[in-house]
Amino acid sequence: MMPQWTPYLVGLPLLGFLLSGLLGLLWPRYRRWEIGIGVLAVSVVALAFLLALGLFVGLPQEELPLRVVLYQWIASGDFAAPIAFRLDTLSLWMTLIVTGVGALIHLYSIGYMRGDAGYWRYFAYLNLFIAAMLLLVLADNLLLLFLGWEGVGLCSYLLIGHWYADREKAFAARKAFVVNRIGDFAFLIGLLWLFREVGSLDLGVVLDRAGAIESTALGAIGMLLFLGATGKSAQIPLYVWLPDAMAGPTPVSALIHAATMVTAGVYLLARLSPLYVLSPGVLGLIALIGALTALLAATMALVQTDIKKVLAYSTISQLGLMFLGAGVGAFSAAIFHVFTHAFSKALLFLGAGSVIHALEGEQDIRRMGGLSRHMPLTYCTFLLGALALAGLPPLAGFFSKDMMLTAALGSGHEVLWFLGLVSSLLTTLYMGRLLVLVFHGAPRAPAVSRAHEAPAVMRLPLVGLAVGAVAAGWIGWPDLLGHGAWNWIGRWLSDSTADLEHGLSLGLEALSIALSVTVAVGGLWMAFRLWGRAGLEADHMLQRRLGGLYALWQSGYRVEAIYERLFVRPLLQGSAAPLRWSERYIAGGLIGLASRSAFFIGSGIRRLQTGLLSLYALVMLIGALGLLAWFLWRSL
Amino acid sequence: MAIPWLSLLLALPLVGSLLVLWLPEGRLRLIRCFALGVMLLELLLAAGMMGQYDPGRAGVNEPEAFQFVERTRLFTLPLGAFGRFAVDYYVGIDGLSLTLLLLTVLIGLIGVLSSWTIERAPRAYFSLYLLLIGAIVGVFVALDLFLFYVFWELMLLPMYFLIGFWGGERREYAAVKFFLYTLAGSIFLLLVLIGLYLGTALDPGAPPPDRVRVLDLLWLMRPEAYVPGSLLDPSSPGLIGGHNARLIAFAVLFLGFAIKLPVVPLHTWLPDAHVEAPTPISVILAGVLLKLGGYGIVRLGYGLFPEGGLVFGTWIALLGMIGVVYGAFVAAAQEDLKKLIAYSSVSHMGYVLLGLASLTQEGVAGALFQMFNHGLIAAMLFLLVGVLYDRVHDRLIPHFQGLSAIMPLYGGVALFAFLASLGLPGLAGFVSEALIFLGAFSAEAVHPGHVLVPRWMVLVSTAGLVLAAVYYLWAVVERMFHGPLRLQRQEWQAALVDLSWRERIMFLPLMVLILGLGLYPQAYLELVRSSTNHFLEWVLTSGKAWWPGGIASGLGN
Repeated sequence: MMPQWTPYLVGLPLLGFLLSGLLGLLWPRYRRWEIGIGVLAVSVVALAFLLALGLFVGLPQEELPLRVVLYQWIASGDFAAPIAFRLDTLSLWMTLIVTGVGALIHLYSIGYMRGDAGYWRYFAYLNLFIAAMLLLVLADNLLLLFLGWEGVGLCSYLLIGHWYADREKAFAARKAFVVNRIGDFAFLIGLLWLFREVGSLDLGVVLDRAGAIESTALGAIGMLLFLGATGKSAQIPLYVWLPDAMAGPTPVSALIHAATMVTAGVYLLARLSPLYVLSPGVLGLIALIGALTALLAATMALVQTDIKKVLAYSTISQLGLMFLGAGVGAFSAAIFHVFTHAFSKALLFLGAGSVIHALEGEQDIRRMGGLSRHMPLTYCTFLLGALALAGLPPLAGFFSKDMMLTAALGSGHEVLWFLGLVSSLLTTLYMGRLLVLVFHGAPRAPAVSRAHEAPAVMRLPLVGLAVGAVAAGWIGWPDLLGHGAWNWIGRWLSDSTADLEHGLSLGLEALSIALSVTVAVGGLWMAFRLWGRAGLEADHMLQRRLGGLYALWQSGYRVEAIYERLFVRPLLQGSAAPLRWSERYIAGGLIGLASRSAFFIGSGIRRLQTGLLSLYALVMLIGALGLLAWFLWRSL
Repeated sequence: MAIPWLSLLLALPLVGSLLVLWLPEGRLRLIRCFALGVMLLELLLAAGMMGQYDPGRAGVNEPEAFQFVERTRLFTLPLGAFGRFAVDYYVGIDGLSLTLLLLTVLIGLIGVLSSWTIERAPRAYFSLYLLLIGAIVGVFVALDLFLFYVFWELMLLPMYFLIGFWGGERREYAAVKFFLYTLAGSIFLLLVLIGLYLGTALDPGAPPPDRVRVLDLLWLMRPEAYVPGSLLDPSSPGLIGGHNARLIAFAVLFLGFAIKLPVVPLHTWLPDAHVEAPTPISVILAGVLLKLGGYGIVRLGYGLFPEGGLVFGTWIALLGMIGVVYGAFVAAAQEDLKKLIAYSSVSHMGYVLLGLASLTQEGVAGALFQMFNHGLIAAMLFLLVGVLYDRVHDRLIPHFQGLSAIMPLYGGVALFAFLASLGLPGLAGFVSEALIFLGAFSAEAVHPGHVLVPRWMVLVSTAGLVLAAVYYLWAVVERMFHGPLRLQRQEWQAALVDLSWRERIMFLPLMVLILGLGLYPQAYLELVRSSTNHFLEWVLTSGKAWWPGGIASGLGN
C-alpha cells in the first residue's frame, strides 16, 4: 500500500459529506431516499477503514513515520503550514479506531434515524465529523491539527443540535461549542507561544526542538495545550459540556464518546509526549487532574437516573483515567485505553440507543427493568460492554486500565494510583447498577412489555463491537506475563510516544493486578447484590445513608451553579449595563459637542434636502466628470 | 497600446452614474438592470486587469514597480508666495491596493443585487450608488495626494444622501453624524496635506525655473523630496510645540483614518449609520468603506511617516486590543441584530491594527488579509439582516425564534456567515486572524529590545475568539434560529419565505470565496506577498533611519 493514499483517508468521508450535503440541498427528492443516503455515508467510512487497514498491513513499521504533503496551506513570513499528513504508529492506530468504530456507528444510524426529517443532514454531518477527526489525528502541522480540532467542535455542535427546534437541545449544542472554544482559545495561545519559541508548527520540527525550549516557556506551553485538551476531553475544569451533549441523537453520543472528539485530548498529549516528558511539573498536574476527574465523575455517574447520563459521566471518568495514565508517562497505555474504551463505550451507547428506541424514547432507568427477556441480544452485548468497562478480566478494559494503574504505582504516584483504584471500584458499582436496573428485575413501566429487538442493521454493529469489547485487550498483556513480549500494542505505540520507564518490581505489579481483579469482581458482586435484591430501593437506601454527600453528587458538586455565578452572569449580564453607559457617555460624550452641533446643522439641512436630491447628485457628478473630461482632453 | 485599465475602472461607474439619470423614472427594472450591467462590466474589467497584474512587482515606494500607471498633469495653480501647485492625474496600483480594489468591485456588484428592493427614487439612488463606487475606486488607485483627497471627499456626499434619504427612521440624525465624523477625519487629512505642501515637494522632473510643487505620494516617501530644514524634513524634522513635527503628522493622519476604521472610542457613528442605512449601503459601508481607514493608515500613515509606526506601535496595538474586546462585549449586549453585527465589525477591525502594529510579515499580511476577509464576511452578515428586514421590517432579536424551521436555507447561510465571522478554521477569517496573532505574538522576538506589541495584549485580544462564539451562537443562533417557532406577530409567518434565487445568487460568490480562501489562502497571500514584504522593509529601514532617537534604540530586523 502506498503512503500517497493517506489524503484519501480524510478525503473519502469529506466526499461523503459533500455529496450528501449538496444532493440533499439541491435535490429535495434525494432527502427521502434514505437507503441511498445511508449506504453512501457508511461506505465512505468503511472504505476509509479498509484503506487504513491496507496502510497498517502494507507499511512496515520501520518505515514509519512518513510525511505526505498535499499543498501549501498558509505561508507568510517565517510561518508556513502545509496541508501535510503524518503517518506513524500512533496516527495510524487512531485512524483505525476512528474509522472502524465510526463505520459501525454509521451503520447503526441507518436504522436509528429512520424516518427523521433531517436524515440527509444528519449523515452529511456524521461524515464531516469523521473527516475532521481524521484530519486532527493525521495532521503533521499543529495549525492543521487545530483545523480538525475546531472541526470536531463544529460537528458536535451541529449534531448535538440536530433537533434544534427543541430549546434544550439547542442549548446543549451551544454550550458544548462555547465550552470547547474556551479550551481552544488556550490551545491557540499555546500554539502561538510554541511558534514563537520554535519558529514552526510542523510536528517533526516541534518534537525535535522541544529540548531547546527554555523550561518556563515549555511549562506554559504544556499547560495551555493541556487546558485545550481538558476542553475536548471533558476534564476538570471544562467537563461540563459533555453530560449535556447527550441531547443529540444516541449514535452521535456514541461517536462523540467513543471514536471522535473526546479522545482528541488524550491523542494530543500522546502526540506531544516528547514535549511533555520534559516538564515533569505539568505532567504531575495532568495526572492529578486526571485522577480527580476520574473519581468525581464516577461518583456522579453513580447517582444519575438517565441511562445516557450514567454513560456520559462514565466517559468523563474513564477519560480521567487516561489522563492519569498520560500524566504518569504511560502515554501508550492511555492510547490503549482509548482503544478498548472505544469498543465498550460505543457498544454501551448503541445498546442504550436500542433500549431507548424500543421504549419509544424513554431514557429514565427508573421506568425500565426486566428488559433482558424482551431484548436478549441487546442484553448480552450490553452485559459484555459493561463488564469490559468495569475491568473484569479477561475482557478488554481490564488490560488497558491495569497498564495505566501499574504505571501510576511504578512511577511513585501511590496516592493517585489509589484514587484510580477507587474510581475503578465506583465504575463497577455504577455499571452493575445500570445493568441491573435496566435489564434485570421486574418491569417498572408498561412500555417494557412492548419492547422488542431493533432491526438487523442496528443489531449487527452491536455484535461487532461486542467482539471488540471482549478481545481488544488481548494485544497488550501485562509485563508479568511474557515480560513484555506479549505487549504488542506497547511496542507498536511506543515508536511514536515518549513513554517514561517505570521500574515496578514483578511482585508489586502482581499485587496491583491482584487488587484490580479483586476490585472488579468484588465491586460487581456488591452491585449485583445491592441493586439486584432491592432494585430502586437501593438508591433510596444509599441516599439515606450518605445524606449530604449523595445530594452533592446529584448536584454535580454544584459546579454548574458556581460557573454560572462566577463567569457567565458577571460577564454577560454584568457587563451589559456598564457598557451601555460607556457607549452613551464615554464614547458618545467624547464628541458630545460635535453631536449637539450635528442636530443643529441637521435641522438646517433638513429644510434644504428633500426633493432637491437629484440636483445635488447632478452637481457632484458634473464636478467629477469635469475633472475626468479635463484629464481625457489633456491626454489626447 | 496598453489599455488604461484604471481609468476605465474609474470612469465606468462615474459615467454610469450620469447616464442612469437619463433613463425614464418609471422603468424600475430597466434602471436596476442598467446599474447591474455597469457593475458586471466593471467586474469584467477588473478581471481583465487581474489577468495582466504581476504579483512579483512590489510597488509601495518604487514608482517604476507600480502597475497600470497613468500620469498626466491636470492643472498648475500659482499660489504666490507659496509657489506653484500642480495636480496630477496619477494613478497606479500595487499589492497594497489591488485586493481592496477587487473587493470594492465585487461588493459593489453584490450591493446592486441587494438594491433590488429599493423602490423610492431609483434613478437618484443608483446614480449616487455608482458615484460612491467610482469615488472609492478613485481613493484606492490615486497616487497623487490631492487626487486622493478629492476622491475621499467625493465619497462622503453620496454616502450622506444614501443614508439620509433612503435610510430608516432616524436617518437624518445618522447621516449628519456620519457626515460630521467623516468630515472631521478629512480635516485631519487636509491639515497634513497642507503641511506636506508647504514644507516640501519640488517636482523632480521639472527644470529649475519652472519648479512646481506636487503632492506625489511616492515622491514624498523619499527624503530628497523635502526642503532641507522644513517642518517635515525627515533628516531634521521641525518642532511643533516642542514635539517632533513628523510624529505629530503621523498621529494626526492616524486620527483621521482611525475614525473611518473605526477605532474605539471614535466608533459611535458606525452603529448609528448602520442601523439607519438601507441594506446595500450597510454592505458597502462595512464591506468597503471601513477598509479605506485601514488603507489610509497603511499607505499614508506608515508610508509617509514610517517612524511613527515604530514610535506609536504599542499604542496602536493597544487601541486594536481595546477595539477587539470592547466591540465584542458591546456586541453581545445588543438586541438589534444589525447593531450587533455593526459592533462585531468594530471588534474585527481591531485585529487589523494589532497585526499592523506588530510590523512582522505575518502580522502585516494578516492585517491586509483581515480587511479583505472582513469585507466579504461583513457584507454577508449585513445582507442576512437585509433578508429579514425586507420581509417583515423588523430585526430585533427577541422578536424572532425558531426561524430555521420556516427558513432552513436562510438559517444555514446565516450559520455559515457567523462561523466565518467567529473565525472557524477552514474559513477565510481564521487564516487572517491566526496570522495576525502569530505575527503579533512573535513581535518581541522579531524586534529585539523594542516592544511594539506586548504579549499580554495579544492574549487579551484572543479572548475575542471566545466572545465571538458567545455572541453569535448564543445571542443570535440560539435565540433567533433555534427552538420552536415563535414570532412577534402571527402574520409574519407568511411573509418569512426562504431565500429567493436573487438572494441565493447574492450569497453564493461570497460563500465560495470565504471557503476557498479558507482552504487555499495562498491565492491571496501570494498576491500581496512581495508588496507586504517590501512595505515592511521600507517601514523598518526608513523608520529606523528617521527614528527620532536614532538607530541607537537597538531595533533589530
